[in-house]
Amino acid sequence: MVDANPEEPQVRQGQSTSSRATIAGWYDLFSRGARDWLRHNDKVREAVRSHLPEAIAGGDVLSGGTKTIRVPVRMLEHYHFRLRTPEEQQGVGQGAAKPGDALGRPGGAPASGKGGGGRNDGGFEFLLEFKIDDIVDWLWEEMKLPNLRARVGRAEEADWTREGWDRHGARSRLDRRRSMRESIKRRAVQTADSPAFTDDDLRFRQLNKREQPATQAVVFFLMDVSASMSDRDRQLAKSFFFWAVQGLRRQYRHLDTVFVAHTTEAWEFNEEEFFKVSGSGGTVTSTGLRKIREIIGARFDPGRYNVYLFYASDGDNAASDHADAGAALDEIAAIANYAGYIEVSATAQSRLNSECGALFKALAESGKPAASFAISRFEDVWDAVRHFFQHQAAD
Amino acid sequence: MPATQANKQWHELLPRIEELAVRAGLEYNPVDFEAVPESFMMEIAVYGLPVRMPHWSFGVRYISQLIQHRMGHSRLFEVVFPGNPGHAYLAAGNSLAENVLVTAHVLGHADFSRNNLLFHRSQEQVGEHIVEQAASHARQITLAVEEHGLKRVESVLDAALALEQHIDVDRRVQRERYPDYQAAKAQPPDDAFSKRYAALSPDGAAADAGPKLKRASIPPHPERDLLWFIANYAPELEGWERDIFLAVREESFYFHPVHATQIMNEGWASYWHARLLREADFLPQAAYVDAIKCHSDVVRPIAGGEKVALGLNPYHLGFSMWEDIVERLGLDGARRIMHEDDDVSFVRNHLSAELAAKLQLFRFGADTSGSVKVLETDLHALHEVIVGPKYNFGAPSIAASQVRIDGTLELTHDHQADGRGIDVERAKNVLQYIERVWRRPVILHTVDSQGTALSLSAPGEKPVLDRQSRDR
Repeated sequence: MVDANPEEPQVRQGQSTSSRATIAGWYDLFSRGARDWLRHNDKVREAVRSHLPEAIAGGDVLSGGTKTIRVPVRMLEHYHFRLRTPEEQQGVGQGAAKPGDALGRPGGAPASGKGGGGRNDGGFEFLLEFKIDDIVDWLWEEMKLPNLRARVGRAEEADWTREGWDRHGARSRLDRRRSMRESIKRRAVQTADSPAFTDDDLRFRQLNKREQPATQAVVFFLMDVSASMSDRDRQLAKSFFFWAVQGLRRQYRHLDTVFVAHTTEAWEFNEEEFFKVSGSGGTVTSTGLRKIREIIGARFDPGRYNVYLFYASDGDNAASDHADAGAALDEIAAIANYAGYIEVSATAQSRLNSECGALFKALAESGKPAASFAISRFEDVWDAVRHFFQHQAAD
Repeated sequence: MPATQANKQWHELLPRIEELAVRAGLEYNPVDFEAVPESFMMEIAVYGLPVRMPHWSFGVRYISQLIQHRMGHSRLFEVVFPGNPGHAYLAAGNSLAENVLVTAHVLGHADFSRNNLLFHRSQEQVGEHIVEQAASHARQITLAVEEHGLKRVESVLDAALALEQHIDVDRRVQRERYPDYQAAKAQPPDDAFSKRYAALSPDGAAADAGPKLKRASIPPHPERDLLWFIANYAPELEGWERDIFLAVREESFYFHPVHATQIMNEGWASYWHARLLREADFLPQAAYVDAIKCHSDVVRPIAGGEKVALGLNPYHLGFSMWEDIVERLGLDGARRIMHEDDDVSFVRNHLSAELAAKLQLFRFGADTSGSVKVLETDLHALHEVIVGPKYNFGAPSIAASQVRIDGTLELTHDHQADGRGIDVERAKNVLQYIERVWRRPVILHTVDSQGTALSLSAPGEKPVLDRQSRDR
């Protein structure tokens, strides 16, 4: 009955040398389950990507140093027609119990059999890691600095071109053919049971920028850290700045950034400190604006730099500062390519209808490139980023 | 190496186990045995076939299985596929004793799948080479992905695999399309009455008009085989998409008896491994003892140490029933039942009140709060709860009832047969899968929890929100 020909071993082991065994051993090479699981994860990524803002809206990404963020996701369910879950679920059990007995909650479901019947809806939740770089890539695909003009300088702009291969690189740039070749070369000089692939075999296509002289730019991030800004407001503002900085860095290699915070006076911070800063006291917007004007004068010649300003505030400003702030803003606007205003307020009743909102509104109405956007939830942060960098890029 | 040693010993024992099996009256196609790594065993169990088409949903099952496995819930000794030859995969980590037991178990399965009518019919239709065919389907899908892109292939598979239980096993795998025209009405008999009747007609023309061809409506009757229906009648389905639907459908025809005879089949194989083991006087003593222990682990009703199990081990139930049947009706009687029954008739006809009492079976109910109550031990109720999941391949009774003039597909759920309505959220998502291949609106008629009529449709009023990523 069973083919018991002694020449042909019935039980084939992966290591055996018979010709059928080499075919039988193919499943050592890759796991289909793992392949389909990876595909599932890709789908989850797509799903997460399609509403990324909500998924990654936490503030803890800002705490520096992290290159990835973790997003809790549930397994996707492949849907089938199912009957509605009844009020009372019933089953057959076995053991010493009589009608009327109350038992604990149903423990493990009966072991699902083999074959096609075993179907698990999979209620596991797991953490999927996203590279911040990837996220920025997705979000910044279409975005640019608004109103950018060529100015003489050191900055460059370039196209990515393929140049050569290397042993390290992004998975998506794995050159399979070349990796295979390396593997064959290595195995040709090694013993028979050497592994199919080692890390040293892998070859990745390298990308290089072909550089051309182009534009250079400086972006000023100005944040109000006065007492009226709640922790949450500050967090919102920082969130916006964080993703804006990440994206701009991605898009423009030689980009200068300047971080300024103000209350009734203003200070320049380095990036790391800026994202940790908190303050107290009143609000005098003009101090921040003047500080920026000062920095431009000292370090960034408007003839050579594209100048950008993004200001985040809850909108309050000392009434006595109105004229001063207006004047300072006008002065910057005269030399800046663009000025953006982000109003952060958890209770956005009067969106942009504030002291600072009025300043920027007046600026925009005077024909200067300026725009405003109100953020009240973390979900709005992306809309703000898009508003400033996409909407303008279309012009 | 000890593994090789055990392997060699097993090789020597194999012909003797087979000899025993043949003498005991088992009839089976040759079986090809293969030892495979445990990881591969798990994949076979997840996919249901050794090589099967790729789809992300298998990845979900795979990872769930992997997690359960790591938590020590299950161990797979063997997986066997019917065919000629049959294919049996043994876990490479099995000990000699386990492999002896598993071999006898596999022969029991092979006997069952060759002789049980449901299996026989399905095997005959899928050509006794389902393992090879599934591999060729997998290849077909891989080629389709290369040609048409992953997204498109995936959306076809999303729909086809979601409907994998919706086939009509009372018809054959190879099925003709419906006739294009309604059957002509039978000619009136040529008798005195018809003549007088024809004479009544004012111009006499109506009687002579002859059979008029009338287009048949599609479908002419509610069609349960949704995979077949969509493959054949979807307005703009492309050839390769149709092929995918038919590939999934063919595998479903293979899976149906596996599902419909699980209790019988596992019980039969367990009965035979136990019996052959008892008769195998050639086994080394140690191997025998180990194998018996392994047997009792496999067919034990209740997880270690507990008094009550909420759930039935199909191995245990089937095994106990077959022992009971052989005792009452003899081996010939048992073989006849094995030949003719499926799980529904098997349980209804042969799970007796005495056996149910001996096995201490009871029906329990769990309410939404999770508290569980033992309800009754009435035999009829036990039967119905055990066979309940077996109806209609375990799926709601849904049939294609009409294709409207604009191409809208109407599905009707037979809620009276199923006793309640459909899970709405899931159904909406399935309708979306279908709509993507049907390329016209799809509507499902069912009832809500109050029993009033409810129609779901895709595209719906509002896209169903993806529930995957959640706010922190």
